[in-house]
Amino acid sequence: MEFGVMMGILLDGLQLTVLIFFVTLLGALPLGVVVALARMSRFKPLSLVAQFYISILRGTPLMLQLMAIMFGPYYLFGLEMGTDWKFGACAIGFILNYAAYFAEIYRSGIQSIPRGQYEAASVLGYTKAQTFMKIVLPQVIKRILPAMGNEIITLVKDTSLAFVLGIMEMFNAAKALAAREVSMVPYAIAALIYWLFCLLIEFVMNKIEKRLDYYHD
Amino acid sequence: MTNAVVSLQNAKKSFGANQVLKDISLTVQQGDVLAIIGPSGGGKSTLLRCMTLLETLDDGSLSYGDLEVCRRQNGRAVYGGKDVLAKAKGRFGLVFQNFNLFPHYTVLKNITDPLVSVQKMPRPEAEARAVELLAKMGLSGKEAMVPCELSGGQQQRVAIARALAMNPDVLFFDEPTSALDPELTREVLKVIRDLASEHMTMVIVTHEMSFARDVADRIIFMDGGVIVEQGPAEQLINNPQHNRTRAFLSNYTQG
Ligand SMILES: Nc1ncnc2c1ncn2[C@@H]1O[C@H](COP(=O)(O)OP(=O)(O)O)[C@@H](O)[C@H]1O
Ligand SMILES: [Mg+2]
Repeated sequence: MEFGVMMGILLDGLQLTVLIFFVTLLGALPLGVVVALARMSRFKPLSLVAQFYISILRGTPLMLQLMAIMFGPYYLFGLEMGTDWKFGACAIGFILNYAAYFAEIYRSGIQSIPRGQYEAASVLGYTKAQTFMKIVLPQVIKRILPAMGNEIITLVKDTSLAFVLGIMEMFNAAKALAAREVSMVPYAIAALIYWLFCLLIEFVMNKIEKRLDYYHD
Repeated sequence: MTNAVVSLQNAKKSFGANQVLKDISLTVQQGDVLAIIGPSGGGKSTLLRCMTLLETLDDGSLSYGDLEVCRRQNGRAVYGGKDVLAKAKGRFGLVFQNFNLFPHYTVLKNITDPLVSVQKMPRPEAEARAVELLAKMGLSGKEAMVPCELSGGQQQRVAIARALAMNPDVLFFDEPTSALDPELTREVLKVIRDLASEHMTMVIVTHEMSFARDVADRIIFMDGGVIVEQGPAEQLINNPQHNRTRAFLSNYTQG
């Protein structure tokens, strides 16, 4: 097979990989805030539910979660979900899973903000919402940036798990090409592309960290 | 009779089984400078924290001028609604031992943001006021810096400016120099002295005895959750009546 054709197939796969990546971030970044706030809630039942959610999603393999969401509707309720369901299942699985990880990062960040910051804000008359948005959140973002960077880089590589749902993302494409051509080259190229993707993320994260470097506490 | 700037009556506060404030009453009149001294663990911080609404009283009443923040009812403190508490917060300021500046804001924004966000003051007006207060604190030219670039003494002076900018009726200080070296302590005490000479109403918890004697009109000696003794500053420091006060003061060399 021509090199160009092979690259074309891999880059088609890359498009899906990138799509999974961004859909996951778009869903999991905000959902993680909700889960973190629930986890820190003083209303015990809510906090326990959030704790259980985080524990299950971090304590079982993502691959298994994807399959459970993919096949659960059929085996549990006899629902036929159609051929496109795999994309829905994939998005839901990744978002739910990553929200659990992000929630724990947010929580550790929020809890690391000294009480004095809340107290100063309270005495000055900031509302709770203002205190969170103007005083706490900007400081949390700076503190959690390294941990978020790690998690986001893990996500790049985790997108390859979508292959279990039969989605032709880049890893699956490379796998198919490798089988057909009896060659390791497609894998090598895919690996290189994953790496470049991660380098790009590291670059962006470094830029953000630099921008927030104007202060320390 | 005019209302006291702040009036606290029969305040009680416990943490679990530990009663930290045992029936404390104090009033502060316009222009008063009140110092609170006493051994560590005596309840001084808790007292200030209750008066600045960082803690809630179990029992007692608290008013700022004509604004009743909480009143006694059936042996409990009953607090006013959100709007009352928000209004009360406009009447006092608090300066913390460890400054608690917002590290991600510049010196200028530390002062202007509460004005703009809470008091809805137009930004140019807020900035003018901040610049003026910083000059008064001897911090002209530091507007664009962030707190971590300043010394502790400078940070504390920014914190004082931040509190003053809100134009409070009374300013509370909780050991404002305890986190500072002697040299930096002096510059902060000077600022507070200047405020006293302008008749700013202040309540100052401090371990600086000679400062308390010179600056305060009145001193309260607090120990074990009660006011053991109070009186005119000179008299309480130079001629204490109670043994506990004497014992406490003997730990400090008179300056
Ligand atoms: N949030 C709290 N929870 C439990 N105990 C507290 C709390 N704050 C203060 N205390 C206790 O209250 C007592 C008085 O403390 P504090 O008001 O800080 O005294 P001071 O400022 O005079 O040193 C101490 O025994 C302290 O351990
Ligand atoms: Mg204290």
